[in-house]
Amino acid sequence: MTDRLMFSRRQILKTSAAGAVLGFAPSLLPVRSAFAAGATIGFIYVGPKDDYGYNQAHAEGAAVLKGMEGISIIEEENVPETVDVQKTMESMINLDGATMLFPTSFGYFDPHMLAMCEKFPEIRFRHCGGMWSEGKHPKNAGSYFGYIGQGQYLNGVAAGHATKTKKIGFVAAKPIPQVLLNINSFLLGARSVDPAITCQVIFTGEWSLAVKEAEATNALVDQGADVITCHVDSPKVVVETAAGRGTFICGYHANQSPLAPEKYLTGAEWNWANIYKMYVEKLVAGEELPNFTRGGLADGFVKMSPLGSGVSEAARAQFDGTLAEIMKGGFSVIKGPLNNNKGEVVATEGQAFVETAIELESMDYLVEGVVGSTS
Amino acid sequence: MEQTDLGLWGVPLAILGGAIRVSTPFIFVSLGEAITERSGRINLGLEGVLVFGAMTAYAVAVLTGSPWLGVLAASASGACFGLFHGWICKFPKVNDIAIGIALMLLGSGLAFFFGKPFIQPSAPDLPAIPFGLWSNSSQVQAALNINILFLIGAALAVFLWWAFKNTRAGLIVRVVGDSSDAARAMGINPNTVRLLATAIGSALAAIGGAYLSLYYPGSWNEGISSGQGLMAVALVIFARWNPLGCFAAALLFGGAGALGPALQSVGVTQGYYLFYAAPYILTLLIMIATSSPGRALAGAPGVLSITK
Amino acid sequence: MTEIASGPVASTLGGPALAGALEWAARRAEGLVIPLAALIVGMALFSIFIMLLGKSPAQLFDLMWRGGFGSWFSVQNTLSRAAPLLLAALCVALPARLGLVVIGGEGAIVLGGVAAAAMAVLVQGAPALIGVILMGIAGAVAGGVWIGAVGALRHYRAVNETISSLLMAYIAIALMNHLVEGPLRDPASLNKPSTHPMDPAFVVGAVPGMDVHWGLVAGIIACVISWILIEKTRWGFAARIAGGNVRAAQVQGLAVGPLIVGFCALAGAFAGLAGMIEVAAVQGNANASLASGYGYTGILVAFLARHNPLAIIPVAILLGGIDASGGLLQRRMDLPDATVQVLQGMIFIVILFSETFYGRLRVFNPDLWKRPA
Repeated sequence: MTDRLMFSRRQILKTSAAGAVLGFAPSLLPVRSAFAAGATIGFIYVGPKDDYGYNQAHAEGAAVLKGMEGISIIEEENVPETVDVQKTMESMINLDGATMLFPTSFGYFDPHMLAMCEKFPEIRFRHCGGMWSEGKHPKNAGSYFGYIGQGQYLNGVAAGHATKTKKIGFVAAKPIPQVLLNINSFLLGARSVDPAITCQVIFTGEWSLAVKEAEATNALVDQGADVITCHVDSPKVVVETAAGRGTFICGYHANQSPLAPEKYLTGAEWNWANIYKMYVEKLVAGEELPNFTRGGLADGFVKMSPLGSGVSEAARAQFDGTLAEIMKGGFSVIKGPLNNNKGEVVATEGQAFVETAIELESMDYLVEGVVGSTS
Repeated sequence: MEQTDLGLWGVPLAILGGAIRVSTPFIFVSLGEAITERSGRINLGLEGVLVFGAMTAYAVAVLTGSPWLGVLAASASGACFGLFHGWICKFPKVNDIAIGIALMLLGSGLAFFFGKPFIQPSAPDLPAIPFGLWSNSSQVQAALNINILFLIGAALAVFLWWAFKNTRAGLIVRVVGDSSDAARAMGINPNTVRLLATAIGSALAAIGGAYLSLYYPGSWNEGISSGQGLMAVALVIFARWNPLGCFAAALLFGGAGALGPALQSVGVTQGYYLFYAAPYILTLLIMIATSSPGRALAGAPGVLSITK
Repeated sequence: MTEIASGPVASTLGGPALAGALEWAARRAEGLVIPLAALIVGMALFSIFIMLLGKSPAQLFDLMWRGGFGSWFSVQNTLSRAAPLLLAALCVALPARLGLVVIGGEGAIVLGGVAAAAMAVLVQGAPALIGVILMGIAGAVAGGVWIGAVGALRHYRAVNETISSLLMAYIAIALMNHLVEGPLRDPASLNKPSTHPMDPAFVVGAVPGMDVHWGLVAGIIACVISWILIEKTRWGFAARIAGGNVRAAQVQGLAVGPLIVGFCALAGAFAGLAGMIEVAAVQGNANASLASGYGYTGILVAFLARHNPLAIIPVAILLGGIDASGGLLQRRMDLPDATVQVLQGMIFIVILFSETFYGRLRVFNPDLWKRPA
C-alpha cells in the first residue's frame, strides 16, 4: 500500500515537472522519456484489483515490478471485454507511452488484443491464459499461464484425507477448459487417497456473484459435501460460507487462510510476480521475449498455501510426497485408464497427459466421479 | 454417509432455506421503497444506498467489533442518502427517477472507494436464532437458522400493513401520495412528508445492505450486490404497494433463487442458466396472470410518476 | 453568461438589431448555459472530493481534457465509447414519449446480438452487404419483439412496463448465456464461450478517416429519425397526447394500443441493432460480453437528455468522454475506478438538479431583452 502511494507521488511530481518545462503538453509526453533506458508497462484488469482473488493476484504480481529500476507501471481496473479494452490499450500506448502490455483476462485475447497487435507491431503484448500459436497469431503477441491444476490436485489430496462423507464439493463459475481441468484435478487428487470419493460441482454461471456462490456452497453442504473448493474470481464468500457450515476448505487464487484458519486445509495460489519479472528482465536486457510461456509449481508460477491445522499427519505425508513428485516435472494428473462422467474414454490404459500437454487446455469433459455437466 | 444424504428432499429444503436466507435484503429494500412510493416519490437509487449500507455496516463492524453498531451506522448512512434524494426532488422539474439512477452511481462509487481497506478483514456476523434444534438433521438445522433481521423484517411488514390503514401517520403518507393538493388542503406539507418517507425508506434499504455484508453472504467486496436493490424496487410494483405483498414477493424471489443451485446439487445439471432465471420468469408469469386492464394498478399512489 | 454569449453580436450590430439578437440569444442560451454551468459545478464538487484525497484538481481537469477530448486519438476514443449508448438511450427515450419507463434495454441488446450472430452463421458466404443487412434485420427483430412484448403486456394486460422490462432483461441474459454456452457454442471458443465466428466479410468496419466503427453513424441517424418521428409526424404527436392522458387519446379516436406496441418495438429494434453492431463491429461473435451494461447506461443518457433524441447525441459523447478519461485518471493519479463512478454521480445529480432553473432565471427571459415598443 505504502509502495503504491509513494509511486503515485513520484509519478505526479514527474508529470508536473515535465509540464512546467514543456508548457502545454506534459501528459501527452510518454512517461518513458523520463528514463534513459526504462519502459512503461501497462496492466489491465477485468475486475477491481483488490478483489482478494483473480485480479488481486495479478495486481500483486505487477506491484513487484514497481521496485525495478527504470520501470513504470500503469494499471487500469474494471475494464470490460468490449471496445473499451481496445481503447484502453491504445490509450496506454498513445498517451502513456507504454511499450509492453499485459491484458490479464481471457476475454481480452480474441479479438481485442489481436486487433491491437496488428495496429501496433512494435508494442509487445503478453496475455494471461490465451493460446498463442505460431503462424496463427502475430509475433508481438504471446500468452502465459500457470498449471494451477497441479495445485487443485494437491488440494484434492488434502481434501481426500479430510473428508468423512467421501463427498467433496466444487463451486465453479463456467464450464470452460481452465475450470474443468481444476475440477477434474481436485477430484483425481482426492481419488489418489480414496477411489470411492466423488465430487459434486455447481456452476454459478458468473465470475463474481456473491449470493449465488453462497447458495451453491450451502447446497453442496446440504448434499453432504464436507470439503469445498472453488473457481470463481473472489473466493472469499465461498470460504466464509463453507467454514460457517463447518466444512473444510481448500483455497484458490490467493491465500484465504486468515478467513478460517481452523478449516482451511491448503490452497492453490498464483505467483505471477515470477512471470512478470522474467518478461521485464528480458525486455530491459533487450532479449527476445518468449511467445508461449507456461509453468507450474516447479517453475514458481503457482504455489500452495501453507498446510492448515486441520491437515492430518498422513495427509501431510502424502501431500509432501505428491508435491515432491510434481516438482520433478512431467507429472500427469490425467492418465489412463480414465473415463469421463458420461462413460466415454478420455485416456486409455498407459496414456498420460503430462502437465505441458496442449490437449489439457481445451478440456471439455468432467471425469468419472464428478457429478455435474459441462453444459 | 446415508444419514447425511438428503437426496431429492434437498430441493424443497433448499427453497425454504433460500427463501429465508436470500429474501431479507429484498424485504428491507422493498418495504422501504413501499413507504417512499406511497408518499408519491420513487427512489430508484436504493441499489446504491444498499451497497453503501453494506460497506458502512461491514466497516463499522470491523472497526468496533459490533455488528449491531454496523447496522445502526448503515441505517444512518441510508437516511442521509434518503434525505438528500428527498430534498433535491422537492424542487420543481427535478425528476425523481433520474436522480435515483445518478444516486445509484454515486452510492456504489463512494462505497467501493471507501470500502477498499475492508475487503480483506473479517467482520463479526449478525447473530441468528437456531429454530431447527428439534431436528437432528444438520441440513434442517442450517435451513432454520434464522437471522434476527429476517424476523424484524417480517414484523415490520405486518406493522407497516397495519400502520398504513390504522394510524394517522399512515393516513398522511397515503394522502400525500394520492394528491398533493388534497394534502395541502389538510394543512400537510407534502414535501416534508416525502422527505421523511424517502429518508426512512433509504434507511431500511441500507439495513438490507447490512444483512448482505454482515450475515449472508456475509462479506464485503465490490460484487456483493447483484442488483438486489434495483430488483426490490421493482418488486414493490409487483406487490402493489402492499407491505405484506412485499414480504411475500421477497420470499418468492429468495426461494426461487435457491432453485438453481439446489437442482444442480441433486444432479439436475443441464440448462442451469434457465433455472437461475426462475425468479424472474416466475415473477413475470404471476404478474401477467394477476393483471388485467380493468383493475390496472389498484393501490397505486396517485402522484407516482412511474404509474402515470 | 448571456452577455458573453451575445457580446460579439452586440459589437458588430447595433440598435434594434442588437435587441433582436439579444432576445434571440436569450431564448436559445438557456438550454446551453444551464447544463454547461451544471457541468462546471459538478466538476467543482468533484475537485473538492479530490482535494480531500490530497490530489490536485488541476491535474484532474488537465487529464480529463486530454483523455476525453484533447487529441484526435482521445476524440475517437470518446466517440467509440459513445456509439453504443446512442441506440441504447433511444430504447428508453422513445417509450418515454408515451409516459412509459422502460429500463430493460439491456435484454434487447443482448438478444439482438445473439440473433445477429446466429443469422451470420446461417447466411455464411452470402454477399457482404446482404449478410450485414440480414444481421441487422435479425438483431432489430429480436430486440423489437422483446420490447414490443413489454409494450403489449402494458397495454393489453396492464402489466407495469418498468418491472416487466427489467425482469425480461434478466431472462434475456440467461437465455443468451444458455445459448452461447450450450446449443450455439463454438467448441473452439475454449475459455470464452462464444458462438461460431461470423464470416469476416460481414465485419462492419470503421468510418473512413476515423478509428470509430459505423455504429456511431447508425446511432446518430437513428437519433435524427427518432427526432423527426416524434416532432414532425402525426404518430409522434399522437404519442405525446397518449403520453399525457391515455383516456383523452382514446376519446380522440387514437389507436393507443398499436401506438404503444409500435413505439416499444421501434425502441427495442434500436437496442437490438446496438447488439448487432457489437457483434459485427467489435466482437465478431456473440458472447457474454454483450451484457456489459450499455442498456443501463442508456437509461441515464436518456434521462439526462430529457428524452430528446437529438440531445442524446451530446450527452452520450459526454459520457463517452468521462469514460475515456477515467482510464487516464486511474493510471496517472492512481485513483481507483470507483472515483470515476463518484464523478459521474456528482455531475449527473447536479445536471439533473439544474433542470429546476429552466424558465426561472430572468436573464433567459426574452422579454427582458425586448426593446420597449
